[in-house]
Amino acid sequence: MSKIMGLSGNEAVAHAMRQINPDVAAVYPITPQTELMHQFAEFHSDGLVDTELVLVESEHSAMSATVGAAAAGARAMTATSANGLALMWEIVYIASSLRLPIVMPVVNRALSGPINIHCDHSDTMGARDSGWIQIFSENGQEAYDNAVMAVKISENKTILLPTMVTLDGFILSHTLERVEILEDNEVKKFIGEYHPETSLLDVDKPSTYGALDLQDYYFEHKRQQFEAMGNVLPVIEQVSKEYGKLSGRDYGLIEKYRVDDAERVIILMGSSVGTAKDTVDDLRNAGEKVGLIKIRVYRPFPYNALREALKHVKALAVLDRAISFGTFGGPVFTDVRAMLFGNGVSLPMMNYIYGLGGRDIDKAQIRLAFDSLKDVVKTGKVKKEVNFLGLRD
Amino acid sequence: MANLIEVRWHGRGGQGAKTAAMLLAEAAIEEGKHGQAFPEYGPERTGAPVRGYTRISDEQIRIHSAIQNPNVVIVLDQTLLDTIDVTEGTTSESVLIFNTSLTKDQIRKKLKNSDRKIYILNANQIAQEEIGRPIPNTVMLGALMKATGLMQMDTLLNGLTKKFKHKFSQQVIDKNIKAVKRAYEEVESE
Repeated sequence: MSKIMGLSGNEAVAHAMRQINPDVAAVYPITPQTELMHQFAEFHSDGLVDTELVLVESEHSAMSATVGAAAAGARAMTATSANGLALMWEIVYIASSLRLPIVMPVVNRALSGPINIHCDHSDTMGARDSGWIQIFSENGQEAYDNAVMAVKISENKTILLPTMVTLDGFILSHTLERVEILEDNEVKKFIGEYHPETSLLDVDKPSTYGALDLQDYYFEHKRQQFEAMGNVLPVIEQVSKEYGKLSGRDYGLIEKYRVDDAERVIILMGSSVGTAKDTVDDLRNAGEKVGLIKIRVYRPFPYNALREALKHVKALAVLDRAISFGTFGGPVFTDVRAMLFGNGVSLPMMNYIYGLGGRDIDKAQIRLAFDSLKDVVKTGKVKKEVNFLGLRD
Repeated sequence: MANLIEVRWHGRGGQGAKTAAMLLAEAAIEEGKHGQAFPEYGPERTGAPVRGYTRISDEQIRIHSAIQNPNVVIVLDQTLLDTIDVTEGTTSESVLIFNTSLTKDQIRKKLKNSDRKIYILNANQIAQEEIGRPIPNTVMLGALMKATGLMQMDTLLNGLTKKFKHKFSQQVIDKNIKAVKRAYEEVESE
């Protein structure tokens, strides 16, 4: 039996961590993540988890301690935001290349400067090539569900890669919502015990982690990471189905919302998806054929699922909550366009950058994006590819 | 979502606008409804103007944008009326509830949109008399229930008890409950 609670996104993920009960958690504060580990540390103080809590002196140390613990054979977690993730950087790559199934909630926040503590996706976007799985959350419920599923995905023997579970800073992390929490023993049973095949502390079966690996084998190891990433999507679909049976919530890789007969579609991720669903309903009620696709799993990128969903669409807008300088638009736009172009699909596409630094995104802005696609449907042409929503001229 | 109610709380840092916004949503969730609450993050200083927001609905609340057109505005501090337009974004359907020692006419003169439906309550006085401190936030929840019938009083009081029991003694909780009940009785409308 699940339990319904009013929780902030941070609290919801802290409950997931309590139920996951990791062997080790490295803790370092950064807004807006602080409350998450604060809550988890309270669970620890109350004796509700067996976790070894490591209070470190920086995010670089947080990721290092997590890597060390995971290499030693522990189920290890940490959490961060923005500049904290940036400070972890070199160890973030080491975690994935050592094939350590760490799960790390990242509370999305803009990277400074100028100094800003509010939501956008620029922090995790920078880590999109780091070899981590990245799963985005629409609301507090999904953040909780994703955190639980991530353990099972990362630890799958064909994968052994770390996962970032993201939730939008403040908009989700500090917003109280209705969240359904599974029973503790349901989560325990779902994720199972963690028994790595190799670990530093397994003295009967010695292994080496982090060895020097120059021209001779570095390349082959990168190839192995590439192959492991290739195994991820079917495993996520499988884990998602199992989780669906347990919780009633089966998410998959992407979510299609009123897409089947839609002519105009937008693609987006994170907390703005819910606002966009309400906008789609408003426009549908006015007889407009619109829909949206939510990307849940951003890394690895769900090529096939997206391509299939877009087959019949006449005009597409991709909404990016991050900016990429010196390219052809935001990161999601670039990925989607590369995917379509590589498959010979000629679909006129627009890119909208929105919500940077916590700028509010409302239904009126999303409606603007849909409206601008009308002309694209008519002419088959895009006048200007990269555009901005909710920005002063 | 026809049954969506959006509430905006105005207060000053320390008056509990955020706590009240959260408590209201939690009580709604407790009652089986959907609730969402979030503060507006700015400089967090005692005395600085702050806002809190609550959404309540019978259906899932998917929207995550700011509340622009609140159905209900609750003002915890009458001195805010001299510097802030608390009617911003309200419509002729909106309800405004004030914690104040002023009269309705005096309040109305300070409002930019003076035709709104208003309720007044001296919540500071009630809080001082019942709880012993002039903290108006929970008291105003009683006024809100009377003005909107948003949920059952019992549900609200259960939610309040649940939220406070980790922090406060039963005696303090009982005082709060008494203050909320008095607010429900004493709030004045047109």
